[in-house]
Amino acid sequence: MINWGNFISQCFNGLVLGALLALISSGLTIIYGTLGVLNLAHGAMFMLGGYAGWLAYTYTGSFIVAVIAGSLFVLIVGVLTERAIVRYFYTRGHEDQLLVTFGLGIVFVETVRFLFGSLSKAVPPPPPLVGITPLGFMFYPTYRLALLGIVAVALLALYLVLYRTRIGMIVRAGIEDSAMVDALGIDVYKVFTLVFGIGAMAAGFAGIVNAPVVSIAPDVGEAILVQTFVVVVIGGVGSFPGAVLGGLIAGEIISITSMFNPGYSYVMLFVAMTLVLVLRPYGLLGAAGRE
Amino acid sequence: MLKQRPFLVEALTAAGLIAAPFVLPYLGFTPTTINRILVWGLFGIGFDILFGFTGLLSFGQSAFFGTGGMVTAYLLTVMNFPHVVTAVFIGTIVTAIVGVLVGLIALRRTGIYFAMITVAIAEVFHFVEFNPLSDYTGGENGLPGVPTPIFHLGFTTLRFNTDWSLYVFLAFWYFAGLVIALRIMRSPVGAVLRAIRDNPLRAAAVGHNIHGYKLAAFVIGAAYAGFAGGLLGIMQGFMPPEAFTFDTSGQLVMQTAIGGTGTLFGPLVGATVWLYLSDFLQTTLNLGATWKLVLGLIFVLLVCFLRRGLIGGIEDLYGFMTRPKSAPAAPKGAAPVAGATAEQVAGVTAEQKQKTARAEIAEEPPPLPMPARHRSTDDAADSILQATGLTKRYGGLIANSDIAFTVRHGERRGVIGPNGAGKTTFFKMLTCEVQPTSGQIVFEGRNITGMSVTDVCQLGLTKSYQVNQLFNRLTVRENLIIAVLAELRGKFRLDLLRRLKGIPGLTEQVEHTLVSIDLAGRADVPVSGLAYGEKRRLEIGLALASSPRLLLLDEPLAGMSPRERIEMVKLLKSIGQGRTMIIIDHDMDSLFELVERVTVLQEGRVLVEGTPNEIKGNKAVQDAYLGGVVAP
Repeated sequence: MINWGNFISQCFNGLVLGALLALISSGLTIIYGTLGVLNLAHGAMFMLGGYAGWLAYTYTGSFIVAVIAGSLFVLIVGVLTERAIVRYFYTRGHEDQLLVTFGLGIVFVETVRFLFGSLSKAVPPPPPLVGITPLGFMFYPTYRLALLGIVAVALLALYLVLYRTRIGMIVRAGIEDSAMVDALGIDVYKVFTLVFGIGAMAAGFAGIVNAPVVSIAPDVGEAILVQTFVVVVIGGVGSFPGAVLGGLIAGEIISITSMFNPGYSYVMLFVAMTLVLVLRPYGLLGAAGRE
Repeated sequence: MLKQRPFLVEALTAAGLIAAPFVLPYLGFTPTTINRILVWGLFGIGFDILFGFTGLLSFGQSAFFGTGGMVTAYLLTVMNFPHVVTAVFIGTIVTAIVGVLVGLIALRRTGIYFAMITVAIAEVFHFVEFNPLSDYTGGENGLPGVPTPIFHLGFTTLRFNTDWSLYVFLAFWYFAGLVIALRIMRSPVGAVLRAIRDNPLRAAAVGHNIHGYKLAAFVIGAAYAGFAGGLLGIMQGFMPPEAFTFDTSGQLVMQTAIGGTGTLFGPLVGATVWLYLSDFLQTTLNLGATWKLVLGLIFVLLVCFLRRGLIGGIEDLYGFMTRPKSAPAAPKGAAPVAGATAEQVAGVTAEQKQKTARAEIAEEPPPLPMPARHRSTDDAADSILQATGLTKRYGGLIANSDIAFTVRHGERRGVIGPNGAGKTTFFKMLTCEVQPTSGQIVFEGRNITGMSVTDVCQLGLTKSYQVNQLFNRLTVRENLIIAVLAELRGKFRLDLLRRLKGIPGLTEQVEHTLVSIDLAGRADVPVSGLAYGEKRRLEIGLALASSPRLLLLDEPLAGMSPRERIEMVKLLKSIGQGRTMIIIDHDMDSLFELVERVTVLQEGRVLVEGTPNEIKGNKAVQDAYLGGVVAP
């Protein structure tokens, strides 16, 4: 027995979660595509965005300030991380890169736990977006509806930066062949720093705008990281459109399965990932040779 | 060191395990901590085989640790299965089977994809344990009441129910696990796994089914994890669901990296440091939850500054202290390169020098010929290789177009052509590294189109690469062993407990190849310590070691000094005895001296084919190279 109202509402939830995953995965995938580093601290960046925003909110009471503070803080953390540590790992193997970013993720999470404790923190949605909105056929929480718009705008902004600006052109060229970009006289290391910062910021932004929906805790990034991996495997590493498509697919799978039995949401996600691996090993929109 | 004293490592480990309970308590270790170290050390042995030796970094070992533990605990508690050790083994077998299934999915990709997929799969296991299977696993409560082992020996009963008696039980199994792992790593399989870590492409090209070996390493890792998981439940009297969490996988990865990878002892050292520090920081310094922050920082610093972990650091320190004062002698063949310029300044032309070198080298005894694998259907009149209509398109680019190419048994064929003529693509299609868009390749009467590079090498067709593809962390001898093993053992064999020495013909063939490529004096030098010319000879040696009947050489003379070129030509001549060879090179003089017939490629097509003299005088060939501007 399917309750259609419930079903549509879950589809909307899936859309919201999917858009969020798409944004976070885009950050991960442009970093990997350009720098060749899989950032295992990406989930921690999501968490840091939430905490920085929460801190700004508790001092100012403004949600907009919280979003700006959360995004900028993670941008700075990303830039500093790349400058201080990740940069020295470009010439080392993938394994070392995974190890060091994994360690950094733990350091970030445990630092936050040390400063703010393990209890979860809540950021309320801004007053105009509190409550529920009638959509004619169902009622839906206003903030979630707004969140869909916010994330869509962020994705659009990321798209415009990547596909309509000079710097975006350089980044896309870097994803195809960063050595060639370097040889053309562009300081590819500056681009790397910027990309790492922007990629981290995408996760940080998602972390704070999602805070009114799911309260934040130090290890909130862990589950997000795993889901992001599935998204990237489904969509194809290094592909921005792949991250968006993969994100939406993953979001819908999780939400719709949860309607029947939440315990199987990961199993279904995994089944989808396996199917993609068997049928299209490089992901739905990925290209061979970006490994 | 290990070779002279074969059981030294085992003996030292046994001594260490016996001494530990008498020494460690004085350093502040509790018996529980020591037992935990053993369980994590055993868990890590399998992981080190997977990561340290095979190069596959899995972040999902928790799935197997938990599975082994839960199966064992379920048997012993819910089903009241009486035999503790048997239950652990059943848990291990179930985990190994699960490992095969997971491995088949995770190993579809390598590198970061593999890491991401293992994380995702482990998370699925975690969720399944907590929700759908919580009736069996106890969900978030785990399975309490796991019994300790009891053995009724008739005359007495052994009970392992105290911390120290459990230590004896766990130390025994740790030791058994280590001995088996050492044995595996000294077996042919262990050698192939190291080769896959260093250069999977070449490991496949010399004829090993690397997917099969990777899966074997994955299953071994899973089995060790399952076994350790079973012991964890017995040690604690309770199977904790936390064994399934991402934290468990992460802790294992960090412990192994802290201790050092690729030694089998790294995980034990890492677990000792990790568990000791976590005890010390929490109980002695009262840091509470901050212990993980401190350990995280230590981990990041170690990864940044001590790449090979604590064991690697100690080895480096030991090597630094005992390094001999005098510099090692310069390798043979390195000096003439520097000398050449000085002689040229003194008025000796390159040609004169070439002549003297030629004369000098001619006096040296010729290298030993390497016989090709014997085959009963050898027929000199037949063609060994026949390619028809061979075409390769990359999108709109046509690399090769409708190539017809036939080589007779025993022939030495040259392939020349300007840069971008499609020579390397042509070779890659012949060895089945890339599949042709259309066309057919027949090798010794068998259609090999669409076969894998591994299978083709097993049939007796292989290639030396234009850019060296060596196993960089192995020695010259070990490199050749990898190639010879593929011929002697076939593309896949799980002789996990066999010794390398026990393989008939291996030593002889390796020594023979060493002499042929003139590297007998450098056999135990790692590849990283070789001069360029030596690496180039080893590159050819790798192709030669599996005694192919058809050997393809992609620019064997590239980047060599004049003297090295002459030596190489001499080497190639001796290799060519009783073997068919196809050689690509840009050094026309050397090539025309070597081969009987030449095929000229231009813009992906066969321009002309003929004897060296015919080619030299061919107008079309001259036009192809010089653009038709200069008359002969």
